[in-house]
Amino acid sequence: MSRQTSEQVAVTAEGTPVPDPPPAALVAVPVRRYGTWALGLVVAVVVAALVRAFAVAKIDYGVVVKYFTAKPILTGVLHTLELTVLSMVLALVLGVAVAVMRQSQNPVLTAVAAGYTWLFRGTPLLVQLLIWFNLSLIFKYVEIPGVYSAPMNTIMTPFVAALLGLGVNEGAYIAEIVRGGILSVDSGQREAAAALGMSQRLTMRRIVLPQAMRVIVPPLGNEFIALLKYSSLAYTISYTELLQSANKIYTANFQVIELLFTASLWYILLTTVFTIGQQQLERRLSRGHTTTPSRFGSLLRRNLIGRRR
Amino acid sequence: MTTTVPMVQALDVHKRYGQLEVLKGINLEVRPREVFCLVGPSGSGKSTFLRCINHLEKVSAGSLSVDGELVGYRRHGNRLYELKESEIARKRAEIGMVFQRFNLFPHMTVLENVMEAPVRVRKEAKAVVRERAMTLLDRVGLKAKHDAYPGQLSGGQQQRVAIARALAMQPKLMLFDEPTSALDPELVGEVLDVMRQLAEDGMTMVVVTHEMGFAREVGDALVFMDGGVVVESGHPRDVLTSPQHARTKAFLSKVL
Repeated sequence: MSRQTSEQVAVTAEGTPVPDPPPAALVAVPVRRYGTWALGLVVAVVVAALVRAFAVAKIDYGVVVKYFTAKPILTGVLHTLELTVLSMVLALVLGVAVAVMRQSQNPVLTAVAAGYTWLFRGTPLLVQLLIWFNLSLIFKYVEIPGVYSAPMNTIMTPFVAALLGLGVNEGAYIAEIVRGGILSVDSGQREAAAALGMSQRLTMRRIVLPQAMRVIVPPLGNEFIALLKYSSLAYTISYTELLQSANKIYTANFQVIELLFTASLWYILLTTVFTIGQQQLERRLSRGHTTTPSRFGSLLRRNLIGRRR
Repeated sequence: MTTTVPMVQALDVHKRYGQLEVLKGINLEVRPREVFCLVGPSGSGKSTFLRCINHLEKVSAGSLSVDGELVGYRRHGNRLYELKESEIARKRAEIGMVFQRFNLFPHMTVLENVMEAPVRVRKEAKAVVRERAMTLLDRVGLKAKHDAYPGQLSGGQQQRVAIARALAMQPKLMLFDEPTSALDPELVGEVLDVMRQLAEDGMTMVVVTHEMGFAREVGDALVFMDGGVVVESGHPRDVLTSPQHARTKAFLSKVL
């Protein structure tokens, strides 16, 4: 192999003789990294000690596994997923609307949009959940005069309070992500659309948002996974999501840590699955931006923006 | 006095950005079927003036009209009322524009780029637009590329698609903002060929360019701008071969 290459070199060098490499067996010795070894050892020992501590602790791992597929836990998982997906949908609708409002030339709309983001990002999610849930203390009825009236207590169920709390809060973050995406689209695109006689609305829908998608989708995946974990806060307003289900069981059988572990196992399983899904999606999206657009990319654009052929 | 209405008429057009005055009173007239070239050093205001014609920039003072109608305003007695967004859009739809950086829509195929405005803005039937779009793409020599995305094309090809996209709206006037400045030298010719053909077909064109060869061959009128004013104007042959003003001479000695 090496002989062949040296022959090729000799040919390209036009007759210049190329000496064969000396056959001596030189051995390369890398730098000895004693510090790395020592530090690695210390960390490994600490981790091993922690693992051992949990292994020998008074935890019945059989219970952790046993409850993993228990009916109340499965119901809790289902409710957690429901709550996460529905609040994400609400957050997306709000987020896109607020991001577009922020770009508006109407100063009232811009101010309201900015105020919304400021308010809901500036207060803790847990506090917001508690406020939604306790809203009936100050508003007995939900009333649109002459059109609709119902007692707040029947409307603001734990589920609705959790949905509004998570969705409206998350919407503020998504608005910022969408706004970033919109700003990332080259201003020449808007000019070209304007020069063709397209209205601002049409330009936003057909030209700007589809291109902003590539920038928006990856962080949205992160937000979804974060939302999945934040949904456990709904526990405090007695919505029977995963954590609440675990709580109900351990208040009866006192196997507190076991059931918290069961819940954690489910959370980590779900976040892992969604993280893998998100990585796939990102890979597809970035492929769509290279010179050969992927079918998936155009499929996504078509579905997300509702374009018709 | 000719009886035809000028396609573009500028009377003492000013444009200010705060303190900075970019256009200091432009007077010019573009007649129908004319190829009108705007040349001058960068920062002379030629691109700004071009963008005023389809109201991408608002005129600060003076009057600018296209085909006998004021750009961006309606006149009632002695008052000018600014037009609504939809009215401005309708007028822009009649004026094609080609940009230095092409500005094709990267998420759409070549054919979709060309069809977008006629279908969405004019609400024309897709089958009709498709046929016209394919004819236009054939005219700019890119029929075979109709299914490609802009990112897969060379700069020259992208610019030709951009011209086809503007033509799909069947404009009465075409604006070109340095259409070959972002191109590799060997790709300039193919774009100029398309523009030359367009001129032969009788399209009214206002062209901001540094291509003096094109201006001399194809242009019917030429204006040299510097510092926000028209320094010299006339037939391209005359201005380019025997400029009268020192500034024109200085500029031409650098670019020719």
